[in-house]
Amino acid sequence: MSLELTESVQKLVDGLTESYSEKLIEVYNASGHTYIRVEADALLDIVKFAKEEYHFIFLSDIIGVDRYTSEERFEVLYNILNLRTQDRIFLKVRVPEEEPVLESLFSVYRSANWLEREVYDMFGIRFNNHPDPRRVYMPDDFQYFPLRKEFPLLGIPGSIELPNTTPDTE
Amino acid sequence: MGIESALGEGYLTTKIDALTNWARANAAWPMPMGLACCAIEMMAFAGPRYDVSRFGSEVFRFSPRQSDVMIVAGWTTYKMSHAIRRIWDQMPDPKWCIAMGACASTGGMHRCYGVVQGVDNFLPVDAYISGCPPRPDAVIHALMKIQDKIKNEHSVLLDT
Ligand code: SF4
Repeated sequence: MSLELTESVQKLVDGLTESYSEKLIEVYNASGHTYIRVEADALLDIVKFAKEEYHFIFLSDIIGVDRYTSEERFEVLYNILNLRTQDRIFLKVRVPEEEPVLESLFSVYRSANWLEREVYDMFGIRFNNHPDPRRVYMPDDFQYFPLRKEFPLLGIPGSIELPNTTPDTE
Repeated sequence: MGIESALGEGYLTTKIDALTNWARANAAWPMPMGLACCAIEMMAFAGPRYDVSRFGSEVFRFSPRQSDVMIVAGWTTYKMSHAIRRIWDQMPDPKWCIAMGACASTGGMHRCYGVVQGVDNFLPVDAYISGCPPRPDAVIHALMKIQDKIKNEHSVLLDT
């Protein structure tokens, strides 16, 4: 399939091919969006490059994916936008199950703070150099990661405490 | 407009239980616990169209110290359940609880790890309202059921 890229995305892809050719894994279009899969260790550099050279200044979302039973089980998508041309791309990286660690993008985009916390909360993917790596939704002492595929829909009984229902008696 | 004008020089005799229950039943002030969509219907229940003023329950106290009926409107997460229980514990006795809607009663469509599958897991519920969301008149119905319950209670004397 031939790629149909808008001008600014084309420029970005060309720039990436020039500077990071060995870190680019694939570029493809799906559902009207452009996806660029890169090596996880080059993510921070590539994102900085896209922001500084190609004006992709807005990190709109970070999405975790569990590709259960595939190799490199987890995938993380970074949805970034060029606010001059309104072009949107998805950067993708994969992380293995045993050691799901990525570099935090907080130094590049402030919005990465909560978004990465959410991915950590739901998938257990950790982010190096994150300023505040706490959970968002689940209680702090919760031991599981609910959006992992093996986690039961109704949760693990007793894993989250309910309030004490025996009032203090005098 | 005191009771004197209606009774003139006369007397009124009743049981203290009946008097207390009558007073309580007609001034059941709700503690709104609006957690999700159901809360909007709960607001309508207090608004002019459904006018729960007629039942003496339009006074939504946002202070637990002054409320009698807690209306849990919406789905309750495990994290929120602790706040709800604390407010419930702060309400003075006697108190009553309405689980409003499918979510508060059973977890509803939120059949997942984060939502408590029914607030009766940590609250003593007096009235469950079905529906998603229930209409405000269904909430009034639950309130009337609680009024019936109050009226049939021994509030002062214990029959030991
Ligand atoms: S019962 Fe329906 S309307 Fe009420 S909180 Fe649940 S989903 Fe919302």
